[in-house]
Amino acid sequence: MLVLIGIAIVVAGFAMRFNPLATVVAAAIATGLAAGIDFPGVVAMLGKAFVENRFIAVAWLVLPVIGLLERGGIRERARALVLGLKGATTGRVLIAYLLVRQLAAALGLTALGGHVQMVRPVVAPLAEGAAEARGPLDRETRDNIRAHSAAVDNIGVFFGEDIFVAVGSILLIKGFLEQSGINVTPPQLALWAIPTAVIAFAIHTARLLFLDRRLSRRTPA
Amino acid sequence: MIGLEAVYVLAGLMFLAFSALQAQDRSWSSASFWGCFAVLMLVGSWLPHLASGILVLLLALLAMLGLNTKPPAVPDDAARRSSAASVGNRLFIPALSIPFVTLIGTFLLPALKVGGVYAFDPKQATLISLAIGAIVGLLLAMWMLHSRPSTPLAEGRRLIDAIGWAAVLPQALASLGGIFAAAGVGKVVASLAVEHIPMSEPIAAVAVYTSGMALFTVAMGNAFAAFPVMTAGIGLPIIIGKFHGDPVIMSAVGMLSGFCGTLVTPMAANFNIVPAAVLELQDRNGVIRAQALTALLLLLANTAVMALFVYRR
Repeated sequence: MLVLIGIAIVVAGFAMRFNPLATVVAAAIATGLAAGIDFPGVVAMLGKAFVENRFIAVAWLVLPVIGLLERGGIRERARALVLGLKGATTGRVLIAYLLVRQLAAALGLTALGGHVQMVRPVVAPLAEGAAEARGPLDRETRDNIRAHSAAVDNIGVFFGEDIFVAVGSILLIKGFLEQSGINVTPPQLALWAIPTAVIAFAIHTARLLFLDRRLSRRTPA
Repeated sequence: MIGLEAVYVLAGLMFLAFSALQAQDRSWSSASFWGCFAVLMLVGSWLPHLASGILVLLLALLAMLGLNTKPPAVPDDAARRSSAASVGNRLFIPALSIPFVTLIGTFLLPALKVGGVYAFDPKQATLISLAIGAIVGLLLAMWMLHSRPSTPLAEGRRLIDAIGWAAVLPQALASLGGIFAAAGVGKVVASLAVEHIPMSEPIAAVAVYTSGMALFTVAMGNAFAAFPVMTAGIGLPIIIGKFHGDPVIMSAVGMLSGFCGTLVTPMAANFNIVPAAVLELQDRNGVIRAQALTALLLLLANTAVMALFVYRR
């Protein structure tokens, strides 16, 4: 029971808006101590785990090229591009990206996307540009459109990738069931990811169309 | 053979450069923060675990004290617009070359042999390809924009300043997940759930399983951590053992119910907190807010799909 203190710290820390990084590190130390490990032992455990998870930071290698392209005006270019498209709206731009992202992920192409390399320089400016055609955006509306751009990137990949047979979650399921003496094949699992994928697309498309309606009703800032 | 270690060194050197640029501007807290992180990336494999741990504590401390939040000025609107006009849509080519090269590399690298030895670690093809993609994109962009060699680093530093400590959060959370697993947190939570929730009806068991997957994912930040615990605790003994449900439908839809939890938890920092920082939103939870309704409706839909089909054999 005592080991649950880590979850309590995380919940309290996030709720009280403490610095998340400090909160998470505090939770890790507290959990280790509660499990009966001494302080130097816990710190070493944390260090080992952090170093083992360095692969997560590899994605930041795209920062210099994205920064350079922004300096070259890629976001302005994306805005100009969408202004030239007749009938482009924020919702339609995002629905199109959702479809592409989901289909690509279903084919195993999860690398086509990402918040730093795709959403910030291209998708968000396209979505903002489509709304700006009707007048300038206030900060709140702009943030809302950006948040939806990031959301589409997540939803597309989450509910597309499981249709691909070799994705991590499918292999995890197969391995886990095997340990319990149940044999399933990846194609069976991938097949049953399709209903959820279709429903996810339908639900989120409907929400993006509602977003369009809200945006078109807004009074120009 | 080129493996992940080379990629870590490359990333470490980049963060070291960011740190040096901060030091040049006398932003000492940011310079120390990215300096510590660069050391972990560069020599993490050789540092004693205790030393790495102390560096992680330092990162948390520096983040708490506050990093530099005033990024250096970007070139003004007019300069960017004239650049955008002169280079035109070719600007998208370097951006799109990153995923393109990553994809090609993922397929090609594992087959590439020099003198009978793998040139690249075939198990890490995706991450190595991403690094190569970033380099190819960078070279293309530098050539197209006639950039000086120092400009990309200054621009990367501008972005990392905007993102701040959030850039390190996913790695810290993954470490927390490891410590949770070592301390047996998952098992405790699952036993609490199993002991206190009645599941005498097949449909109720499905609802407990799907919502349990989502809630557990919210707490742990990761559906992969939730799946073994919830499936061992509820899925296998109740849905399959007691009510003879189909394991394929149960696991596939169960995992996707966990993903609904991922959409609404700050613990899944990579998907929710980091993009809020990357897109410079005022509200740290803005992305979660945008996703919440979809997550809830989809969880209900998943529960319905499982309830309808899992017991039909």
